[in-house]
Amino acid sequence: MRELAVELSGAEIVVRALKDEGVEYVFGYPGGAVLHLYDAIFQQQDVRHILVRHEQGATHAADGYARATGRPGVVLVTSGPGATNAVTGIATAYMDSIPMVVITGQVPSAVIGSDAFQEVDTVGITRPCVKHNFLVKRSEDIAEVVKKAFYVATTGRPGPVVIDIPKDITDPAVKIPYVYPDKVKMRSYKPVTEGHPGQIKRALEILLKAKRPVIYSGGGVVLGEASKELTTLVQETGIPITQTLMGLGSFPASDDHFIGMLGMHGSYESNMAMHETDVLLAIGARFDDRVTGKIANFCPHATIIHIDIDPASISKNVRVDVPIVGCVKTVLKELLKGLKASKKKISKDSLKDWWKQIDGWRDMKCMTYVHSDQVIKPQFAVETLHKVTDGDLYLTSDVGQHQMWAAQYYKFNKPRRWINSGGLGTMGFGLPAAMGVQLAHPDKTVGVISGEASILMCIQELATCMQYQLPLKIILLNNGYMGMVRQWQEFFYDSRYSHSYVDALPDFVKLAESFGHVGMQVENPADLEGAMQEAFAMQDRLVFMNVIVDPAENVYPMIEAGKGHHEMHLPPHLRAERELA
Amino acid sequence: MRHIISILLENESGALSRVAGLFSARGYNIESLSVAPTEDPTLSRMTLVTTGNEAIVEQIKKQLNKLVDVIKLMDLTEGSHIEREMMLIKVTAKKSHREEFKRLADIFRANIIDVTSSSYVVELTGRSRKLDAFIAAVGFDHVIEVVRSGPTGISRGDKGLTL
Ligand SMILES: Cc1cc2nc3c(=O)[nH]c(=O)nc-3n(C[C@H](O)[C@H](O)[C@H](O)COP(=O)(O)OP(=O)(O)OC[C@H]3O[C@@H](n4cnc5c(N)ncnc54)[C@H](O)[C@@H]3O)c2cc1C
Ligand SMILES: Cc1ncc(C[n+]2csc(CCOP(=O)(O)OP(=O)(O)O)c2C)c(N)n1
Ligand SMILES: [Mg+2]
Repeated sequence: MRELAVELSGAEIVVRALKDEGVEYVFGYPGGAVLHLYDAIFQQQDVRHILVRHEQGATHAADGYARATGRPGVVLVTSGPGATNAVTGIATAYMDSIPMVVITGQVPSAVIGSDAFQEVDTVGITRPCVKHNFLVKRSEDIAEVVKKAFYVATTGRPGPVVIDIPKDITDPAVKIPYVYPDKVKMRSYKPVTEGHPGQIKRALEILLKAKRPVIYSGGGVVLGEASKELTTLVQETGIPITQTLMGLGSFPASDDHFIGMLGMHGSYESNMAMHETDVLLAIGARFDDRVTGKIANFCPHATIIHIDIDPASISKNVRVDVPIVGCVKTVLKELLKGLKASKKKISKDSLKDWWKQIDGWRDMKCMTYVHSDQVIKPQFAVETLHKVTDGDLYLTSDVGQHQMWAAQYYKFNKPRRWINSGGLGTMGFGLPAAMGVQLAHPDKTVGVISGEASILMCIQELATCMQYQLPLKIILLNNGYMGMVRQWQEFFYDSRYSHSYVDALPDFVKLAESFGHVGMQVENPADLEGAMQEAFAMQDRLVFMNVIVDPAENVYPMIEAGKGHHEMHLPPHLRAERELA
Repeated sequence: MRHIISILLENESGALSRVAGLFSARGYNIESLSVAPTEDPTLSRMTLVTTGNEAIVEQIKKQLNKLVDVIKLMDLTEGSHIEREMMLIKVTAKKSHREEFKRLADIFRANIIDVTSSSYVVELTGRSRKLDAFIAAVGFDHVIEVVRSGPTGISRGDKGLTL
């Protein structure tokens, strides 16, 4: 025994366990089933509670906090509607493997199953979108369950964990001894971290024989904190690297080895390289359909090596030749050691020829667009943002065209800077996520790129930003359309724009002002840079920039769903050139 | 192909629905599922019969292993194993058929465990195909009710699926 255990109520135990777990912030919203917990929160100062304006906001804020720091985000909501409102955010975190612990209140144990007031089967509803969930049955179990929840959420392939706590379990009148366990014992959960040495050796042999190798890395490198190792690998071997939407920043985009994002809206050079490569080294990426396109046409010439901590990610969509189950960081370290020790090197000549071919594709300049001095091009807006902020923002995003333009034109050089919902594609994510980022990094500049449709999905969080003085910079690329939907309707439904026009928009400047923030409107390309400078100079204010952009612009390049990497649509001004090439 | 997957999992409320939910959420086939606690009351043993090509079954096993409540699993069909299913079948047994059904039960090594003037309840254990054959032999016209446990299985030899 370390020390005499203190006597605490269930509610106090929850809060105390959070403190002992090192939790700084809990994002939440009160209600009947969690009143005991809120009372315990009220009586301490260690864990800070951030009151959001909608439970979806709480989950996204905790998620943003987790993505920006690598530490788990924590949420507290009430039973019933509190829990169901949180589901979208839980599913968002689940799809992108984000560590999060969500505490939901539940009706008292005695009435569970009786359709009690604000009762829903939270464990049942969240089961398919959590890594694991718990229903706490006794106050004596709280400390251990909290410990397990954090352990499961943060180890192996991270993910959200829900703890559902019936109200009677947190009864302030019942005190029991509290000890926070320092170790977790779970016989049924043992994530692998070390890669199999034999497989690493095989991978090395194949890599060293490669003539046209490509590294395809993803969110796993961010989650596994392996940027340094990845960067060393690329620099020591000279292999071209492409990244998924979730991987951006974990290798510096300004480095010449980076050939851009791949997939549906990836660069011409990266998708062509995927089509021609003979050895594909996939690192912490999950062969998502937005990346692979048509599976039958995926990397037709390649031997595929895949490093992933989740065995179920391997050979799920694409058959892999050399699977390596393990943590990216440890496996890459072993791989680097092997490379160093090996007498054989990748053929310089082959690599030179390969780069020549890639540079040929690069010359297509697929990311160019036609400038205008009449109307702000959204790509130009992102480029200007990059310029004004020295590419040093923490940038969150909503979902749509603006998200793709941000990914393409804001060149991220560091991991955890680009924060967006990739797997679920949740509109409404950007603003609340940025709150979590700003709280995690009070001295850093945090931007939100959004669309006029997305921003309205969690607009209420502007009040939270006011209450906690979060000086976010919101850049609204206002094209008057659900642009991403409009683009698909233009291409695949003969321009029948069914319900994708965003009518009856609010006056965003006034809207921002009504919440107590600064609103700005920009319509002229010539004014944009100055306006952004002005906005970013207001360091302690939230500035909402309503940037009116070209309503007709589309995201290019584009691979239609179900097509191969070599079947890209290029922007109209480049189509003739491709024919020539 | 048909696979029999044996799973050792935590005997906790919810563990069963995690497995069942996984199959429906991912669209995997599930032919039968039987589950009960083991000699260690904290553990449950589940036998699950599924069909799919190699890639799908591989993915099923990986996804099952990923469930936090699953401790270990084994694909019985990969090695030599014993498979048994239990059936309770109630048949109409009028005078004209009583003798014939008794003989049939003997041939199948089944037991008649309940008798009325017009019906028998027969208990039968064996591979699923044997149970199918018994039903066919009795004839559908005579079947009142069929209750099957779904297959359970165990590997041959001295190794076991244990902690
Ligand atoms: C409108 C829209 C358009 C999109 N277009 C594109 C596009 O053009 N291109 C694109 O790439 N994406 C695009 N996406 C995103 C896409 O849907 C997927 O979210 C994304 O491709 C998945 O990225 P990932 O493969 O890096 O996987 P992630 O979801 O980031 O998964 C990470 C993988 O790494 C593994 N992992 C986690 N931790 C570790 C560790 N420590 N060690 C080893 N492995 C680990 C996990 O098991 C998992 O397999 C788009 C999304 C939207 C909303
Ligand atoms: C919650 C939710 N509902 C619907 C969608 C489908 N969807 C994807 S992009 C998009 C349009 C987004 O419009 P806007 O925010 O204006 O961004 P833009 O594409 O115009 O840049 C929609 C409706 C979604 N991703 N999320
Ligand atoms: Mg829009």
